[in-house]
Amino acid sequence: MIDLLPQFLVNGIVMGTLLAIPAIGFTAMFAVLRFPNFSVASHATIGAFAGFAANVGLGLPIELSLVAAFIVPAIIGVASDEVALRPLRKHGALTTAIASIALTIVLENAVRFFYGNDLRGYDLPLVRDWRILGVRIGPQQVENFLLAVAIMVAVFLALRYTRVGKSMRAVADNPALAELKGIDPILVGRLTVFFGMGLVGTGGMLLGVGTSIDPLTGFRFILPIFAAAVVGGLGSIPGAVLGAMVVGIGEELSLIVLSPSYRSAVGFFAIVLVLTFRPRGLLGEREY
Amino acid sequence: MLSYLLATLTFAGIYAMLALGLNVIWGMTGMINLGLAGFFAVGAYVSALTTIAGLPIPLGAVCAMAAAALVGALVSQLTLKLRGDYLAIVTLGFGEVIRLVAANEIWLTNGSDGISGIPGPFRSALSPLQFNALFAAITMVAVAVAWFLSRRMMGSPYGRALRALRDDETAAAVAGKPVRRMKVEAFALGAALLGLGGVLYAHFTSYIAPDIFRPLLTIYIFLSLTAGGTGNATGAVVGAFLVMVILEGSRFLEGMLPVLSGAQGAALREMVIGSLLILIMRIKPTGLLAERPPRPPVAVANPSI
Repeated sequence: MIDLLPQFLVNGIVMGTLLAIPAIGFTAMFAVLRFPNFSVASHATIGAFAGFAANVGLGLPIELSLVAAFIVPAIIGVASDEVALRPLRKHGALTTAIASIALTIVLENAVRFFYGNDLRGYDLPLVRDWRILGVRIGPQQVENFLLAVAIMVAVFLALRYTRVGKSMRAVADNPALAELKGIDPILVGRLTVFFGMGLVGTGGMLLGVGTSIDPLTGFRFILPIFAAAVVGGLGSIPGAVLGAMVVGIGEELSLIVLSPSYRSAVGFFAIVLVLTFRPRGLLGEREY
Repeated sequence: MLSYLLATLTFAGIYAMLALGLNVIWGMTGMINLGLAGFFAVGAYVSALTTIAGLPIPLGAVCAMAAAALVGALVSQLTLKLRGDYLAIVTLGFGEVIRLVAANEIWLTNGSDGISGIPGPFRSALSPLQFNALFAAITMVAVAVAWFLSRRMMGSPYGRALRALRDDETAAAVAGKPVRRMKVEAFALGAALLGLGGVLYAHFTSYIAPDIFRPLLTIYIFLSLTAGGTGNATGAVVGAFLVMVILEGSRFLEGMLPVLSGAQGAALREMVIGSLLILIMRIKPTGLLAERPPRPPVAVANPSI
C-alpha cells in the first residue's frame, strides 16, 4: 500500500482543491449571514444538474457548462433565501439553520421531480490517463484542478480589490459599523448568497464530473464541505481552502487503513479531532 | 382499513416519542441535535440484535435505551465546548456516520439488506390485526408515560434549571448550576427517548435497514416539535400526530394526481413537507401550543405592588 502514497497524495490534492470551491461559498455565506446554511447540499446538486443540462442537453463543452452551474444555483439561491430564510433570521441562527435543511429537502426533491433518481454522466471524451513517475492522473482531473485554482484566484482578487468584495468583508467583520458607513447589509447579503451559492453549484459540478450525478450528489458531499469549513475555521476563506486540503488529503490517505465506503466519515472525524483541540478551527475565527 | 389505522397510530406514537426526546434536548435545554436518525438507529439496532440473540424484548429495550443514552452522553461530552452552529454540523455528521456503520459493518448489521425477523410481542400467537392493536396500545402507553415524565420534569426544579441554561447559560452558571453536567445529562436523557422510538419501530415492523434512518426523519421530527410547540411536551405529541396526518393525507392526494409517476409523487410529498416546516416557522414560530412557563413556586409577598 505504501508505494501508492504518491498516488493518494496527488488524488488528495486534486480532491481538496475541488472541495475548496463549495467550502469557500459556504464559509463566505456563514461569515456575512452568521448561520450554517445547510441548503448548500441541494444547491450543489442544482449546479451539477444545471451543468449537466448545458453539457448534455445543449451540447456545450464542460468549461461553458460551468457557467450554467454557477448562474442557476446563484439565482435559485437568492430567490429561495428571500422567500424562505431571510424572514427567519430574526429568530436566530439555529432556527434559520433548521429551515435551511427543510429548504434542502424541497429543492432536492424538485430536482428529483424533473430528473428522477437515475444516475447520469457528463458527456466527456474518453481519454487515457497520463502516467507520470508511476502516478496515474487523468487529463480531466488536471483540467478540473486548474479550473478550480483559477476560480479561487478570482475569488481572492474579487474580495481584495472590488467594491463588492470589500463590502462583504466589512459586513462580515462588523455589520453595525458597515451599516454606519453606508453599506446596505441586505444588498450585501443578497450578493453574498448569489456568489456563495454560485460557487457551491460550480463545486457541485466539478465534483460530479468524472463520477455520475443524481439528486443526492450534493448531500453526499455535504459532510466533506462542512468539514472543510469547520476544520479551517467557520467564516474564514483561507481556512476553507486549508480545511479542504486537510479533508481531501485525509480522505485519500484513509484508504490505506479504511475501506473506501467510510471515506465520507473522515470529514466527521477531522471535525471532532480539530474541534477538540481548537474549538474555533485551525485558522480560528474572530470572536463575536 | 382498521389494521392500517392502527399501524398509522403506532407510527404517530413513534414520532411522538422522538419529538418528546428532541424536546428534552432542544426544547428544554436548547441544544441542537440534527442526528436524531442516528440515535433512533442505535436504539433499533441494539434492541433488534439483543432480542434476536435471545434476550426478552423488555430487556432488549432497556439495553437499547442505555446504549442510546451512552452514545448521547459521549456526543455531547465531545461537543460541550462548541457553539450551537458547530454542534448542528457535528450532530448531522454523527447521524451520517451511524448510517455508514449500519450500511458497512455487514457482520453486525447485515449491511444494506437490513435485519429481518425481529421478534414482536406475542406476534406468533396473534392475528395481524390483533398484533397491530396490541402494539398500538403498547406505543400509546409508552408515549403517555414519556409525556407524563416530561411534564413532571419540566415543572421540577431540574427542569427549571435546564430552561435557565437554555435561556442564559452564563446566568445559570453564575447561579451555581452545574451547566456542563446538566447538558450531558439532558442530552443523554433525550437520546434515550430517541432510542426508545427506535425500539418501538424495530419490534413493530420486524425489519430495519440503513435506508430507514435517512435525514428526512430528522426533518419530520423537527416539523412535529416546531408545529406543536417547542419546549412543550403536549405540543410535541400533538405536533407528531399532526405530521402523521399530513404525511398520510398527502399519500391520498398523490392518488388523485395519476399523471405523476411514483417517484414524482414521492418527491412532491417531500417538497410539501419541507415547505410546511418553513411556513410554520414563518407564521407561528412558537408552534400551535406555545410553551407556558410554569408559575413561580412562591406566591408574591405583596400583591398590591
